[in-house]
Amino acid sequence: MKKSFIALIGLVLPVSVWAAGGGPIYPDDKITIDWDDKASMQRGAQLFVNYCLSCHSAGYARYNRVGKDLGIADELMSENLIFTTDKYGEKTKVGSLMKTTMTTEYAEAAFGTVPPDLSLIARSRGTHWLYNYLRGFYIDESRPMGVNNGVFPAVGMPHVLVELEGMKRAVKEMQDDGHGGEQEVIVGFEQVTEGSMTSKEFDQAMKDLVAFLDYLAEPYKQTRKNVGTGVLIFLFFFGILAYLLKKEYWKDVH
Amino acid sequence: MSSEAIDHSRRRFLTAATSVVGAAGVVAVAVPFLSTWKPSARAQSAGAPVEADISKLELGQQIIVKWRGKPVWIVRRDEKALATLAEIEGELSDPGSDESLQPAYAKNQHRSINPEYLVMIGICTHLGCSPTYRPDITADWLGGFFCPCHGSKFDYSGRVYSGVPAPTNLEIPPHRFVSDNVVLIGEDGEA
Amino acid sequence: MSAKGNGLMGWIDARFPLTKMVEEHLSKYYAPKNFNFWYFFGSLALLVLVIQIVSGIFLTMFYKPDGELAFASVEYIMRDVDWGWLIRYIHSTGASAFFVVVYLHMFRAMIYGSYQKPRELIWLFGMFIFLALMAEAFMGYLLPWGQMSYWGAQVIISLFGAIPVVGDELTLWIRGDYVISDATLNRFFALHVVAVPIVLLMLVVMHIIALHEVGSNNPDGIDIKKNKNEEGVPVDGIPFHPYYTVKDIVGVVVFLALFSVVVFFMPEMNGYFLEYANFVPANPFKTPEHIAPVWYFTPFYAILRAVPDKLLGVIAMFAAIIVLFVLPWLDRGKVRSIRYRSSAFKWLLVMFVISFIGLGYLGALPATEGRTLFARIFTIGYFGYFIGLWFISKNENTKPVPERVTS
Repeated sequence: MKKSFIALIGLVLPVSVWAAGGGPIYPDDKITIDWDDKASMQRGAQLFVNYCLSCHSAGYARYNRVGKDLGIADELMSENLIFTTDKYGEKTKVGSLMKTTMTTEYAEAAFGTVPPDLSLIARSRGTHWLYNYLRGFYIDESRPMGVNNGVFPAVGMPHVLVELEGMKRAVKEMQDDGHGGEQEVIVGFEQVTEGSMTSKEFDQAMKDLVAFLDYLAEPYKQTRKNVGTGVLIFLFFFGILAYLLKKEYWKDVH
Repeated sequence: MSSEAIDHSRRRFLTAATSVVGAAGVVAVAVPFLSTWKPSARAQSAGAPVEADISKLELGQQIIVKWRGKPVWIVRRDEKALATLAEIEGELSDPGSDESLQPAYAKNQHRSINPEYLVMIGICTHLGCSPTYRPDITADWLGGFFCPCHGSKFDYSGRVYSGVPAPTNLEIPPHRFVSDNVVLIGEDGEA
Repeated sequence: MSAKGNGLMGWIDARFPLTKMVEEHLSKYYAPKNFNFWYFFGSLALLVLVIQIVSGIFLTMFYKPDGELAFASVEYIMRDVDWGWLIRYIHSTGASAFFVVVYLHMFRAMIYGSYQKPRELIWLFGMFIFLALMAEAFMGYLLPWGQMSYWGAQVIISLFGAIPVVGDELTLWIRGDYVISDATLNRFFALHVVAVPIVLLMLVVMHIIALHEVGSNNPDGIDIKKNKNEEGVPVDGIPFHPYYTVKDIVGVVVFLALFSVVVFFMPEMNGYFLEYANFVPANPFKTPEHIAPVWYFTPFYAILRAVPDKLLGVIAMFAAIIVLFVLPWLDRGKVRSIRYRSSAFKWLLVMFVISFIGLGYLGALPATEGRTLFARIFTIGYFGYFIGLWFISKNENTKPVPERVTS
C-alpha cells in the first residue's frame, strides 16, 4: 500500500496549471532568470520605471526595498528611478509604494480598462509568458492601437517599447489545427522600422525587464531559500538525535 | 518489556540532548513569529525622516513638526535665552544630560548642534504629555517649557528642574542640517 | 493512582487530576507495540492543527477582511511585515499538508479496519473533523480574495442553488449579496478564524477521548486487551510515553523536513497549493480561463462534473462524502486488518485507490469528452468500493488471525 502513498504524492507533480490559455504562441523562446545577476535586474528596474510605471503600478512594492535588494542606494534611487509625484505634486518618497500617477478615470477613458498592477505579474503569468509577450508585438491596423501580439491576441496595450525595438510585421501561415481544420499561425516576424536597439540588444533588455518583474513578484525569494537551507540542516541533525533516542528506548520492546 | 541492563546514562544524555536541541528549534521558530510585531515597512515609511524648513523661523519662535506621530519642536533661541542656561544649572536635576536621551552631538549645555536651534521631542519624560513653550519671564521663571499635566518644568534646553515629577531631560531626536535653512529630523547620517 | 504524591504535584493533584490525566493518556495508555509507518499520521494531524492555529493567529493580526483591502493586505503581509512571507507560506502549505496527512490517516483506518466495532464513534468523530476541515479550507481559500478564491467560492456556493425550491434563496442567504462580495468575505472570515476552529478543536478532543476509551487498533487488527499480564497490562501493549512519543518525534522531524521543502523551496507547488490565477485580485467581471478547486477537493469536484445533471451531480458529490460516514456499518466483516482479509477485499481497495487518485487528477484538469468518460468510470469505481464491500464482507474468505501481534 506504500505505492498508493507515492501515487498520491505523484498526483501533485505531473501537470502544471498556468493561467495562460491554450493555442500556439509566437514567439515561444525559453528564458532562465539568474537571481545573482543584480546588474541585469537593475537595468530591468530602469526600463520598468521609464516605460511601465507611467501606466501600470507596482502598488505592493516599495522603492527603498527594491533599492536595498538590488544594491541601489536610496539617494541614487530617488534621483534616477523615481519619476512620480504624490498628490501634492511633491516627489514620491523613497519609502513609498511604486504607484503610477495615472488616475483610474484617465486610464479607463484612454484604454477602456485600468492597466493591471504589475507587482505580481510574474507569478500570475510566468516569466516565459512575459518574455515572449514583450517581444510579440506586430503591426495590425485592425486594432485600435495599431498593434497586435503573438502571445496575447487582441491585446489592449500599445507597443510602448517601439522606440527601442522598432516595428515588426507578422509572417503568417495556415497550419493544421489538430482537429481536422486549419488555423492561421504566426511563424516569424519581419522588421519594418528600426528602433534604437538591435534585435539582440532588445532581447537582452527584455530579459532584464522580466528578471526585474520576477524579482518584484517575490522579493524575498532568495531569503526564503537561504532560510530553508538552514532549517533543513537543523532538522537533519535534530533528526539524528531523535532517531538515536528512539532506538535507545525501543531496546526495551521485544 | 525486559529487565536487561538499560544504559541509563546514555538514555539520559540522549533525552537531554534532544530536548535542548528541540527547545532551541522552538525558540528559533518563535523569533520570526515575534518579529512580525516590529514596525512594518509601511510603518517605517510613514515614520521616515522629515524635513523642516527653518528659513522663516524668527528669534524666540517655536515651530512644531510631526515625526513618527510625535511632535518635534524647533525653537530658535536668542542670546538672552541661551544665557539663562548656565545661570540655572544649580536648580536642574541632570544638568550634564548624563541620564537623558540625546545623540552625542547634542550632549552639551545647549543640547543642540547649532546653539541657536533647539530640535527636541515635545513629549514629557514623566507620563507622555506634551509640555508647552513658555518664553514669558517672571520673577521666578526664567523661561523654558512647562508640562501642564503634572507641573514638570524644563529650561530652554529641555533640561528638567529638580523636585518635579519628570525624571530626565526631554529627548533630542537624531537630526542634521541638510542646508542652512533645512533640518532633517530622524536621521543624522551617523548610523 | 493510589498514593497521592507530595510537594507541588500533590498539591495540584488534590485539586486537579493532572497526574491522572497524564497517566491515562500518556504514561499508562498502552498502545500496541506493532504500530508501523501508517500510525504516524494521527499525531502529525495534531501537529498540523497546531501549526495552522498559531500561524493563523499571526495572520489575523495583519489581514483585513474587506473586499477593498483583503488582497493588498495579503501582499502587505508578504512584503512589508517582517517574516510575514514565512507565516503566510506556513499557513498555505499547512492547509494542503493537513489534507495529505488526514487522507493518509483515513486510509490507514480503511486498510486496518480501525473503523470497525468498537471504534465506530472514533471514525464518526473523525469524519466530522474531515467535514469541518473541508469547510475550514474552503472558507479560508476565499480570504486572499484572488481570482481563484472568488470564482472557486462562486462555483461551490452555486452548488447549493441546485437544491430544489429553496436553492436560489439559500445561495443568496449564504452570500449576503447578489454576488460574492464584501459581506461574504466578512462572514467567511468570522467562520474561518473563530467558529470552525472551535468546532474542530472540540471534535479532536472527542476523537482522542473515544480512542483512549477503547484503545488503539493495530496493523494486525487484534484486540490487545484480550491478553493481559497479572498487573492488568496488555502483554502486547507499551506505554504511549515514552515509547511512542520518542517514535513520533522522529516522524515529526521527517514530516517537518518535507513541509519545509515546500514552504521554502516550492510554496506554490506548481500551482497546486497556491494557484497562479490567485495572484490576480478578484474581479467579478472576468472568470479565469480554467477554474479548478485546490487539489484536496478535486476528487469530489470530478464526481460532480462526471454526472450530466446539475442536481444529481451535487447529490453524487455529497454522497461521496456521506458514504464514508456509514463505512463502519457497510463493512460487515469480522476481521479488521487487510493482512488477514480476502483477496476480494484487496482488489476492491486497489480499485478504490485508483479511482480516488484518478478522480483527483481529472478534477484538476479542464474537462474534455475523454476525461469525462474516465471520470465516470472512476466515479463508479469509487462508489463500487462501498457497495462491493457490503457484499463481500458478509461471508468473507479470511485468513486465520493470530493470537498475538506480529512484529
